Amino acid sequence: MELLVAIAVGLLTTAGLYLVLRQRTFPVIVGLSLLSYAVNVFIFASGRLAIGLPPIIADGAAGYTDPLPQALVLTAIVISFGMTAVILIMALGSYLEAGHDRVDMTGDDAE
Amino acid sequence: MTHWIIAPVVMPAMLAAIIVIGMRHDLALQRIVGLVGTALLAVIAGALLFSATTNEPEVYYLGNWPAPFGIVLVLDRLSALMVALTAVLALIIQLYVLGTGWDARGKHFHALFQFQLMGICGAFLTGDAFNLFVFFEVLLIASYGLMIHGAGRARLRAGVQYVAFNLIGSTLFLFALATTYAVTGTLNLADLAVKVAALPEGDAALIRVAGVLMLLVFAIKGALVPLQFWLPGTYANAPGPVAALFAVMTKVGAYAIIRIFTLIFPPTVAATGTLFADLLLPAALATLTVGAIGVLGASSLPRLAAFAGIASMGTVFVALSAFTPAATASALYYIVHSTLAGAMLFLVADLVAHRRQGTSLGQAMPPMAQGGLIAALFFLAGIAMAGMPPFSGFLGKLLILDAMRDQAALIWSFVLATSLILVLGFARAGSVLFWKAHATDVDPTPHNPEPLAFAAVFALAALLVALTVLAGPVMAWMEATAIYLHAPAPYVDANRLGVQP
Repeated sequence: MELLVAIAVGLLTTAGLYLVLRQRTFPVIVGLSLLSYAVNVFIFASGRLAIGLPPIIADGAAGYTDPLPQALVLTAIVISFGMTAVILIMALGSYLEAGHDRVDMTGDDAE
Repeated sequence: MTHWIIAPVVMPAMLAAIIVIGMRHDLALQRIVGLVGTALLAVIAGALLFSATTNEPEVYYLGNWPAPFGIVLVLDRLSALMVALTAVLALIIQLYVLGTGWDARGKHFHALFQFQLMGICGAFLTGDAFNLFVFFEVLLIASYGLMIHGAGRARLRAGVQYVAFNLIGSTLFLFALATTYAVTGTLNLADLAVKVAALPEGDAALIRVAGVLMLLVFAIKGALVPLQFWLPGTYANAPGPVAALFAVMTKVGAYAIIRIFTLIFPPTVAATGTLFADLLLPAALATLTVGAIGVLGASSLPRLAAFAGIASMGTVFVALSAFTPAATASALYYIVHSTLAGAMLFLVADLVAHRRQGTSLGQAMPPMAQGGLIAALFFLAGIAMAGMPPFSGFLGKLLILDAMRDQAALIWSFVLATSLILVLGFARAGSVLFWKAHATDVDPTPHNPEPLAFAAVFALAALLVALTVLAGPVMAWMEATAIYLHAPAPYVDANRLGVQP
């Protein structure tokens, strides 16, 4: 299972990085979302992978899985969700103002 | 246990919410509440600074959960100094905003401003690595709003780049935190210091990866070459007073590097050794060089101010890379100086931009209203940023050079050569802006004198003079702080790890 999760994180990161390096805003935003998915799975795995174990104290539990990374992932998901919304709105605003969604600033953008 | 430690976080958060909900259509009321709130923050920050100077580090347990299980805020000399610097700078910038009417050009300026202060103060006060990430996000999301305040095409496009760059930075930070947690099983800074020092040899490689990832994240915040690309475009396109407030945001990166790499990864840790110092020094020298050349070649005044900020961060990081108390003390002095001087330069650039079409340094433009006064202020800010006598920039660079004597050949030549380039750059910009202007006979277009805005810029100049005149006592305080930073046992003890509070 460790191998599967590691491959998933690696693939998501690779795809995210590739898209972030694109020239247009939309793929860049998709790439940023993929990167945030990758890091969420990564945080989850940092508490060690355990199957079928409760995170909180329960009677007769064979063992426990670490609850803290789950809380961290929740925080990270909320934040990355909000940030994606912000950058999406800003990208839309800049697309409507400039008439195109190229990422790089050309000479006519500068003062 | 004093509850005042959390005031710099809670008060701006409450004020921001009240401003958004209760007075969104009443600019006058927003101004009063915002100004009173920031003034109160400055008073509280002053009291906290006094308390941190006279007492040992104090820890505030959120929800009264014992460390390392709950989140803690830690008030020590370093965090108190940074909070006080932020509050004073914010108060001055708010006066400037009221004087120029920047807040009327878009909505929610004052609410975003308070959220920004909450994020910055929280980042300085927190004693938990994941909480540091959360406060980074708070200050970033407020800065996204402030950066595009007043909108405009170039500003929006630069804003998208700024947000994208910082989202990648946040992702890296999460990778670093998860790796750290996987190795040590904790994210409380004091607990990390204990655990990393006693790490088994097999985990050394992983903790090195985590440390380098953290260094990268803080380098993005601090605009260290080669991660500085976001800064010139962002600062040059942001509204002037917002760019001035951002002068303290790059210092958040410097603060985090001081905090993490003196507390958790000092050079005495076997797993990491001098790895971070070796990485930091070449990057810092490159930052200094890029900043100085950028100042010389800048195409507009805000870009010049942005590159001057990069150069000052380079100077700070050169001093930090030594990891000795003397060098850290001089870096702290230079952080205070460069925040004030950088903010002053951005405000002067904004004054110029208001009075003429564009701030291009490519060609001479007709004279502007209040040109003499602005020229004098630019002269002061330029001297301070370039590090010429008699201001604190000169003293700060002198202290850094003095502290780095063992690597004199390399560091002295870089710092002195870039200082010369900075002087040339400022001289070029000043003569194009203010002297060549008088070659034309056109009378300047009259402009509202804006006494409050000028008072704000003069207040920054007065603070720089005070920092110069009081350099003796200030440096004594900084040295005591640096010695404490390099022997962080009181910080760790204050957390009372595992003891029920």
